Amino acid sequence: MAYRTYLMVCAGTGCVANQSMKVRDKLVAEITKRGLQNEVAVVTTGCNGFCAVGPILVVQPEGIFYQLLKETDIPYLIEEHLLKGRPVKELLYTPPLEKTPIPKMSDIPFFADQTLIVLRNRGLIDPENIDEAISRGAYEALAKVLTTMTPEQVIKEIKESGLRGRGGGGFPTGIKWETCRNAHGDPKYIICNADEGDPGAFMDRSTIESDPHAVIEGMCIGAYAIGSPEGYVYIRNEYPIALERLKTALKQARDYNLLGKNIFDKGFDFDIRVVRGAGAFVCGESTALMASIEGKTGEPRAKYVHTVERGLWDKPSCLNNVETWANVPQIILNGAQWFANIGTGDVSEDPWGGSKGTKVFSLSGKVNNTGLIEVPMGITLRKIIFDIGGGIKDGKKFKAVQTGGPSGGFIPESLLDLAVDYEELTKVGSMMGSGGMVVTDENNCMVDMAKYFLTFTQEESCGKCIPCREGTKRMLDILEKITNGEGTEEDLVLLEDLSNMVVESSLCALGGSAPNPVLTTLKYFREEYEVHVRDKKCPAHACKKLITYNIDPEICVDKGHGCDVCRKNCADGAITGETKKVHAIDVMKCGRCGICLDVCKFDAIYVE
Amino acid sequence: MSKITIDDLAKIREQTRRQTTLRQGAGRVKMTVHMGTCGIAAGARDIMTAVLKEVETRGLHDVIVTNSGCAGLCSQEPMLTVETVDEPAPVKYVLITQEKVKKIIDSHVLQGNVVKEFALAVGSERTR
Ligand SMILES: Cc1cc2nc3c(=O)[nH]c(=O)nc-3n(C[C@H](O)[C@H](O)[C@H](O)COP(=O)(O)O)c2cc1C
Repeated sequence: MAYRTYLMVCAGTGCVANQSMKVRDKLVAEITKRGLQNEVAVVTTGCNGFCAVGPILVVQPEGIFYQLLKETDIPYLIEEHLLKGRPVKELLYTPPLEKTPIPKMSDIPFFADQTLIVLRNRGLIDPENIDEAISRGAYEALAKVLTTMTPEQVIKEIKESGLRGRGGGGFPTGIKWETCRNAHGDPKYIICNADEGDPGAFMDRSTIESDPHAVIEGMCIGAYAIGSPEGYVYIRNEYPIALERLKTALKQARDYNLLGKNIFDKGFDFDIRVVRGAGAFVCGESTALMASIEGKTGEPRAKYVHTVERGLWDKPSCLNNVETWANVPQIILNGAQWFANIGTGDVSEDPWGGSKGTKVFSLSGKVNNTGLIEVPMGITLRKIIFDIGGGIKDGKKFKAVQTGGPSGGFIPESLLDLAVDYEELTKVGSMMGSGGMVVTDENNCMVDMAKYFLTFTQEESCGKCIPCREGTKRMLDILEKITNGEGTEEDLVLLEDLSNMVVESSLCALGGSAPNPVLTTLKYFREEYEVHVRDKKCPAHACKKLITYNIDPEICVDKGHGCDVCRKNCADGAITGETKKVHAIDVMKCGRCGICLDVCKFDAIYVE
Repeated sequence: MSKITIDDLAKIREQTRRQTTLRQGAGRVKMTVHMGTCGIAAGARDIMTAVLKEVETRGLHDVIVTNSGCAGLCSQEPMLTVETVDEPAPVKYVLITQEKVKKIIDSHVLQGNVVKEFALAVGSERTR
């Protein structure tokens, strides 16, 4: 049936949490009520990425973008837009600091500056219907590979594309496949890493939620190239929607015999099992992950024998990240050269010679447009944060951006024009990692931020090797001391020494990268550490032990006439005073919650 | 569901081409039925149904069908605007009937020949 209009409702985790399913049900009900059910179709799609403004609805073919929808908005929206042909202004997106709404999705800067390869189907298909994926080209690359290419040719294509691992290390994918193909042992395994342990990151979740068949097809192609009959997806159990969609997709692919025996009658057998991880950060590490699949404790081992030689059940195993797999079908369809034309450097001689294709980032923290973005490699951090991200919230000043997840480094303003590229990010002390991007502003204390992320990695350290187990703990103790105003100059030296020791001597990359936030903040924001230890002050007013809340007595009585609002709201009973009289805060009782600052209408409260 | 062949993949893609094109917001021709109160009173709903049916039976996968408000010329309703990507200006057709819809599609949408006798004016405002 030819519908004239498609209402694409976002059913990513973010939008669902904001009741997008109720919006969908209401849309269906209203459309039926008005007899439009044969003209207008409602489709639930995967995540659109602009989670800050969900629930999202895109009306196609016009491409009109509706945001922050409520069930109660729907009758009017249907009446105006679908019966009278007038988009509803109040429900459109208006960029921060501007007044005119932007009706078309493709004109909104958040979307306009993105390049979609991995997320090319986001918002366009129902991920739970395999025919919709096929309509957009799914399994075409698999057909091409099985009918026209040898495994060696597939590997050559992936090598020449310059594709590198999107899960952290940036290892050239083609080389990994080739080594695994050439390794001795039978059977060989293909594994998809969907553990995504980085707090706040949701690239992989979103990819599976919006286009699970891209991942499955990528794995099929990898299996053919390597010669593997069996694959695993290791997915964290905290991702219920992604898990269900993946299972649905696997079942549908099996029903079509796109998985199973003799696929496309070409004598190729391959199937995929799902293993759920319990959400330990370290289980994302290759050897820990494989141990976990085997039912053992999820701890890393030393890698003098690589997992491509002896991995899962001691057999040659090829582990790639979700995003890495999802790139594969597009490379096969469009050719290595097409992919290599996007990005930085030159990979024609050296597979490490550049960063090619796109990268998905989850943009979070103090930017206006938080969400999921896919951008070409080589884009500058400035463009990501200020164009796509729409700049810093509440007109505040940018301070630093952390890339690469909890063990990524902080990059200061002076390096904002840095191109996003594996080598460039590593050079400045950070990393591509799996694609977390946390933006901080003037109100974030860099010592406190370093402490925050180290707290996470320290807790997640599995404890098997001493440098990571003890080293991160001691580092955290020092950061605690500094933020409590008890640090000394010597502590800074010790902190730096310890950091370098942990990096160099840890068993796996968890310890090997955990000190990055500390090392980069020490490097780029040393003065801030100095003020903490020398003056016992926190310039950003974030470390509670180093700040006091005070009331300016003149403003309090002259302007506010001792309004008494702060006293009534104080959670600690730390404020004394009465109406029309001056108020004061008892520093000993004050819990530094900041409520008084928020409720005072006369700006009489200040922090030192 | 049963086993799928490589030819089936292509068939599914072909069958869903219209859906795929529309969802991407791409299309060669856009047909707008004016559906203000006046248009609806003059039978615009039936015109919409007729347009959709014709597009369907002819398998036109690159035609966008949409609606808009009153065009300001209520005495000439129902009205239909046709825009194609390679023509400089949209064409407004007036006093549309189901027969006229067929003719407009055959001549203008498929062959690029404007049906002058039904047209009000060529070159009013574009709708996109
Ligand atoms: C502590 C730790 C956690 C990791 N977590 C993940 C993860 O959640 N997802 C992932 O794909 N890779 C993760 N990795 C990287 C994997 O070890 C491995 O390099 C990657 O999955 C390989 O796939 P790729 O080459 O496609 O990136 C982690 C590594 C370490 C050391």
